[in-house]
Parts: sequence; C-alpha cells; structure tokens
Amino acid sequence: MTGGRREGRAVTAVEIAADVRGGRRSAREVLDEHLAAISAREEELHAFNLVLAGEARAAAGEVDRRVAAGEDPGPLAGVPVALKDNLCTRGVPTTCSSRILDGWRPPYDATVVTRLRQAGAVIVGKTNMDEFAMGSSTENSAFGPTHNPHDVTRVPGGSSGGSAAAVAAGFVPLALGSDTGGSIRQPAALCGVVGVKPTYGLVSRYGLVAFASSLDQVGPLASTVADAALALEALAGHDRADSTSIPQLAPALTAVLEEGVDGLRVGLIRELLDGVDPDVGARVSAAAAGLEAAGAKVDEVSLPSAGLGLSAYYLIATAEASSNLARFDGVRYGLRVEGDDVTAMYGRTRAAGFGAEVKRRIMLGTYALSAGYYDAYYGQAQRVRTLMIRDFEAAYEAYDLLLAPTTPTTAFALGAKAGDPLAMYLSDVCTIPSNMAGHPAVSVPYGVGEDGLPVGVQLLAPALGEPTLFRAAAALERSRA
Amino acid sequence: MTAGWEMVVGLEVHTELATATKLFCSCRNAFGDEPNTNICAVCLGLPGSLPVLNRQAVELAMRVGLALHCRVEPSIFHRKNYFYPDMPKDYQISQYDQPVNVGGWLELPDGSRVGITRAHMEEDTGKTTHVGGGGGRIHGADHSLVDYNRAGVPLVEIVSEPDIRSADQAKAYVNELRAILVAIGASDARMEEGSLRVDANVSVRRAGATAYGTRAEIKNLNSVRSLGRALEYELRRQVDRLEAGEEVVQETRHWNEDEGRTSSMRSKEEAYDYRYFPEPDLVPLAPSEEWQGEVRSGLPALPAERRATLARAAGVAASEPAVGIAVAQGLDGLVAAAVEAGADSRLALNRAANELANRSAPDVAAFTKLLHMEGHGRLTATQAKAVLAEVVTSGGDPEDIAKAKGFEALGDDVVAAAVDQAIAAHPGEWERYAGGETKLAGFFVGKVMAATRGKADGRAVTALLQERLASGP
Repeated sequence: MTGGRREGRAVTAVEIAADVRGGRRSAREVLDEHLAAISAREEELHAFNLVLAGEARAAAGEVDRRVAAGEDPGPLAGVPVALKDNLCTRGVPTTCSSRILDGWRPPYDATVVTRLRQAGAVIVGKTNMDEFAMGSSTENSAFGPTHNPHDVTRVPGGSSGGSAAAVAAGFVPLALGSDTGGSIRQPAALCGVVGVKPTYGLVSRYGLVAFASSLDQVGPLASTVADAALALEALAGHDRADSTSIPQLAPALTAVLEEGVDGLRVGLIRELLDGVDPDVGARVSAAAAGLEAAGAKVDEVSLPSAGLGLSAYYLIATAEASSNLARFDGVRYGLRVEGDDVTAMYGRTRAAGFGAEVKRRIMLGTYALSAGYYDAYYGQAQRVRTLMIRDFEAAYEAYDLLLAPTTPTTAFALGAKAGDPLAMYLSDVCTIPSNMAGHPAVSVPYGVGEDGLPVGVQLLAPALGEPTLFRAAAALERSRA
Repeated sequence: MTAGWEMVVGLEVHTELATATKLFCSCRNAFGDEPNTNICAVCLGLPGSLPVLNRQAVELAMRVGLALHCRVEPSIFHRKNYFYPDMPKDYQISQYDQPVNVGGWLELPDGSRVGITRAHMEEDTGKTTHVGGGGGRIHGADHSLVDYNRAGVPLVEIVSEPDIRSADQAKAYVNELRAILVAIGASDARMEEGSLRVDANVSVRRAGATAYGTRAEIKNLNSVRSLGRALEYELRRQVDRLEAGEEVVQETRHWNEDEGRTSSMRSKEEAYDYRYFPEPDLVPLAPSEEWQGEVRSGLPALPAERRATLARAAGVAASEPAVGIAVAQGLDGLVAAAVEAGADSRLALNRAANELANRSAPDVAAFTKLLHMEGHGRLTATQAKAVLAEVVTSGGDPEDIAKAKGFEALGDDVVAAAVDQAIAAHPGEWERYAGGETKLAGFFVGKVMAATRGKADGRAVTALLQERLASGP
C-alpha cells in the first residue's frame, strides 16, 4: 500500500492540503483516517516511538477553526506529519531511540517543527530510528526495530526507518528524517518512497539532535516528488539560530515540477554501479532510459574519489559524533546512573545509556581525533572530502545532474547484517558522497527487484541545485508509470 | 640564593568581555545574579541547540587585539573536548590554531615591551561549588552545585611571549593590561570577581643563557599580589632543584595563597588530550577591513599614550610613578586642565596621584584654586591635603573650607617670631645646626610647627632658618 489511494480518497499531501484549504475536507477527518491506519498496523511495524493523538487532534481542530474563520492555515494545512525522534518537540519526549535521553522533554521546538506548525501541518508522532541516527536498518534502536511494510521480515533501512515505514504504510503522507550519510535516502529506497537530502545549510539544523554536524541535514520523506517539494518549500530558508544556514529564501520547487528534462545532461556515476546487485543496476539503467525518453541526455561519468567516501565518512562522522555525544553525561538531563564520584557516574551512565553501535562510533571517533592520530585520520579524511568536492565540480562542468543507485541492494532481512558492522556501513556507499560534498540528492522509487521489493534510484545535483533536481525527479517519477 | 639565575615568564590572561549577552546566545552576561537564571538551551548545551556568534563579542575581541598592536586575521573556532560538570557540552568552543588576534606587544610604564603571541576568543565554563568532604575540591565532596550563569560568557585569552624577567615586571604587565582592558571598555577586568584570571608559565636559566629551561604552569593566581608571590616562590623552587642537581618537571602547579607555595596538579604525561577539531556548528570569521577600521577608530587613547601626553604637560618623565598613577586613576585630564589654568605642574601631579587615588575627582576649578593657594604659601602641605579631601567629599570652595577649618595662613612676622623663639629656647641645638648638622633643621621645623599648631608652612620655616644662619643669631 505504498503511498497509494484508499477507498478512492486523496492521500497525497498536495491533495490533502488543497482539500483542507478549500474546505472540502476537515483536518480532523483526515487525521482520524490516518490514526486509524496507524492503529491497524503499528503493532506489526513499530514505526513510531510515540503517537501524539491528543496533540494532533488539537492541532487539526485549530486548522479547521482557521479554515472556518476564513483564514488560510498554510500550504500544509491539515497534512499529518511524522517526525524522526531526533527532532526536538517542545514538552514532548525526544529520545533519539536511546535510553540515555530517558525522560528528557525539550523546552523548545526544532526550527523545522516550528515551520511545519506554521504551515498548518498536524504532527502525529515521533518515529523510530537507529540510536542517534547511527545505523542503516533501524535495528540499533533501544526500543526495538521497525519492520518494512512491504515485507515485515525485512528492515526498513535506516536510520530514518520509522519515518520511511510510516510513509510507506500510509500512516502519514509526509515525514521528516535526517540524513548524515544516507539516512533519509536509503530507507526511502528500501521502503519505496521518495526521500530528499537537501543542500547542506538549506534547512535549519536547530533542534536536530546532532550526530555529525558537518554532514547532518533534515529533509522530507513522502510518497510523491510533489509532496516532497511541497514539504521542502515549507522547511527551507534561512534560520538565524543555525550559523551554517544559507542566508537565502526557500527555492520555488512545486512550480517547476512540470518543466521536464528536455536537454538536461545527466551523468551516470560509473563507480557507484560497481558492486550493486544486478537487479538494482537494471532499475538504474531503466531510470536512465526513462530520463532519455523524456528528453535528457544520459552518459556515464567517472567520479574517481567516490569509492574513498565511505572510509573518510566513517572518520569524520564518528569524530564529530564523539564530541556531539559527550554532553550525555548524566549531569543535567536524561539518564543518570549514580557512581562513587563524578567520573564513575559518567562511565556508568554512558555504559548503560548508549547502545553498542553508538559506543563503537564514539570510540572510533575519539581515536581518530587523538593526539598523534589526528592528521593521519581526521585530517586525511578532510582532504579526501576536498578531493570529492573537486571531483563533483569537474563532473558538474559537463553535467547538470548525476544519476546513481541509492543502495546496493533491496531491503535485507532483519538481523542479516546486525552482527557485521562493516557490511552494514557498506549499504551507505552510494549516498555518502552527497553528504561529504554538502550537495542535494533525492531517492525516487523505480520499480522492484527480483525479490519484489522496492528499488530506489538517486539523482544528485550541485549545491542549491534543488529546482533542477526536483524537475528531474518529477520527470523520473512520471517515466515510471 | 637565586643570584646568577634569570626568571623567564610568559602569562596567559583570561578576561571576560563586557558584552550585554553571552558569546553564543542571547542570555544576559552578568556577574552575581541568582544561580541558573541566565541560561537557555544554547548555553546549557541542550541536545539540538546550536551556537550563534555574538557580534559585540567579536568587536570587543578586536578592540583588545588592536589595542595590543595585534593583526586581526581570519579565524575559526575549534572544540576543546574534555569532561567536566560545569561545561554543559563537555567541550569548550575556543579558538585554537587560527585565532582572531596575532602578534602584538604591550608597553609597560617603565618603557619595556612584552610581546603578545595571540589574543583569542573562547567561551567560559559554569561555576562549580563542591559541598562537604574534601575542602572545596571535587574529590571527596558530598555533592556539587553548578551555576551555569557563567557558561558561555565570552572570554579573550591573551597569551604573552616569554619576555617577562621578574615578578615586578609580571605584576606591571597585568596592571597595564587591566588598565588597557578597562580603558577600551572590553572588560571590567576584576580579578576578585574572576573577570580577569592569570596563569603563569615560569622557567629559570643561568643569567646570560639563551636556551629556555623547563617550565611549570602556575594556576589559581587570584590577585596581582599572588602572582608576584607565586613567581618569587617558583623562582626559588626551580633554582633550588637545579642547584641540587635535580630537574624541573614540566607540569601544572597550583598556587596556595595561605601556604605561600605551589604544589603539583598534574604532569605533562597525565595531560589531557583535548582532541581539538574545527567547530562544525560555526562558520569562519573574517572581519572586513572596513569593520576593523571602524573598531580601530573607535579606540580611545590608551594608557601609554596618555602617560606620554601627561608627562609632556607636567614636564616630567613618562616613567615617573605619579604619571602612571594619575593615568591609571583617570586623573590625567584633571592634571592637564589644572596645569593649563596656571597651576604648578609638579604640585598638580603629586596632589592628584597621592591624594585623589580611588576617590572621586574634584572639579577642575576648585582643584586649580587649591593648588594656587598652596603654591603661594597660603596653605601648608598638610592643610592643603585636608582641604582637598573636603573638596572631594563635599564639593565646596577651597577658600571657604580653609577658612572654616581655621587654616588662615599665619603672617610672616608670627612665623618669624616663632622661629626666633625656638632658636632662643634651644641654643645647644642651634649651635650644632650652625656647625653643619643640617638634619637638625627638622628639629626646629617641628618646634615651630608645635608652636603654631601646624599652621606654619614647613618650607617657609626652613627658609627662615637658613636666613638666620646666614645673618648670624
């Protein structure tokens, strides 16, 4: 039931917002349908850490009141939205799927949450994730894994697996995730939905609990490219509270979706086709053909440093994480396990509060930053990052966009990679380059593999290339039918 | 014995900037408020919060740099990682290898110069109070209370070159730096409130040697006086070790004010690895030439320049202590105005430096009038000081105050009579005085003062004594 229609009723965000703003449907009615869908399958899928039915009803009621009063509640009027549980919500637990944040209720909303509310969206809950966004399967959650709606024996991908599953299951038309190395696009691909990682700095990170600050970016997951565009228009734009936020307005995206790809030059990244499953590769070829049929010119292009991305990423991301996660020390909030002195308290709290993967990454990152190793590891990884940016720049001299698989495989079985961190890390190989460069990318569902599970293909654009990216993503989506 | 040895000192001075708000958030930057009232998600380091650099802090940091003749350079912030309960993020945002101010110098009142390596920006930590157990230290305490009001307050750390060679020079450096920080409005620079903190790197070497010895870093210096005492102690300690054939260990040492000694805190081997890396939540800082120009042109005259100006006006050397005191007390304008109005420059400088320190400055006209009265012998030095004190507190006219106090100058004849009387009463002493025992002048001045109840002018009495000596009794 991927983002389709139920009983002939509109379920896309675009349609819901239009209906609610036009007074044709009430936000409460829309919400109740979605809450019913959640009730029907949540137990099986575990997409949510928390469903906020009461708050959502109040918010929907307010939207309806405003429509009745002749006001415009905004472009996302009455659209039910799920938030990844690393986005701060005022007075509502924000756990990052970790025990260490036990009991913590942020005193503020993340900027993206404020913007969703201002756009009239109705927040229905907080979704499950890999602890602190560290993982590619949502199995690293302290609260248990999320299951893939297409096959509950499979993972939904991660780390935004709860958000991807929630959209794929029709729980919500729209969800927010965060993408540090592919954490929006990879689960989107595995769950058969659209996932967007915007240009670094396009969407505020204020209120996103940091994993790796120089790579993290918030973005939408949706069942259609148009829904993702509508969401990103509401989320993007400068925020003074985030110093890395780009000082410009949100780009116009919904207006360009029908412009097509005639004459666009698209480069298919050769290095990222290596090692992907043949049936996934076949879908990428089909996508290339679809774009060509729509008027684009597709050629293979080499991005030599793409293969170096994974190892450099796991040094930079873990180094930043080791510092970002230091604050979870039991002193001010969240879990505290008492000890004889403050050092013992730190140790016991962190030993009990963090899961194995988080500990592994904190240790990796601490090591990478240590005196005597900094230059060989963190310093070298930053040089690789610079190299990757140069490779992208060279590619974008000849191409408007790049095309690649989103993931090497379709959704794998729960537990299949849980004991093999390196194999798990490899599932991010195609998505990491965009994070390293700070560029935008979108994963668009493009059919299924031999196992009948969704395959996503990825379009990549240079910094702030979202208008072209969305134009092409919409064309790709149309070519799929 | 420390003869034949030379002390080599470099100082690290942390000063809190006098901004309205903190370095990365809009919480009030204030000392002494109720604990944990000036806090928010950012300075508490709550998950998801992000820092935003305070423009006023950058401006004040640039003021510090420019006042110390530094170059303002493009800079970035780093994270200094270590765990401590008063540091909300368990890392401190600080400038590391690319600081905002680089390569300057500070000129001391004696004319010597101390090089400034750098003056960089960083955030302050909160304040921890350890309760019970181990005497105010974290180990053994029952529990600890943390006040995060200070967390995120902007600091500038001013690092000197190892150019300082004595405890007195170190004290002069800190005093001069404080004077500059206050003059440019960058900080109130109060050591007792912790808005100015000093750490000292000290080593010793044989006089004439060029290589540096192994240094110790001294912390917990809570006053300029402590700094002087700690350096003297450390000089002796290091020289004693070296002369006994032992080595100086590179380590951090804690100054204990009550015991008057330093003790080891941790050695270099146990030193923290701070795992510095560039702060990804902030963007590089590159103040434009235009902005730097605005800051530079907004700087007031600095103490060294003011001392030179005052010295010229008063006709004395700039290194004269009274000049330094007058400038430090902000009295240079008063002295210059009085001299301009015809007052004796030396008298104006001395009265200002000695009588007006730490008091409110009198009105220029009243000060000038008083100096005239004293200069023309209508008031003795003692009387003038008393009148000046009253002028400062009551703001009255010196003439009226002198009259009310009965400080009317005695007629010359009365003084002369008292002198003659004293000579007649003490013929033996007079003979010795006449015989060349000049120090007995003081004896006669004292007798005359007693007879006139202090109203005679000492200088006039001395002149009369010499007159009598010349003319014979």
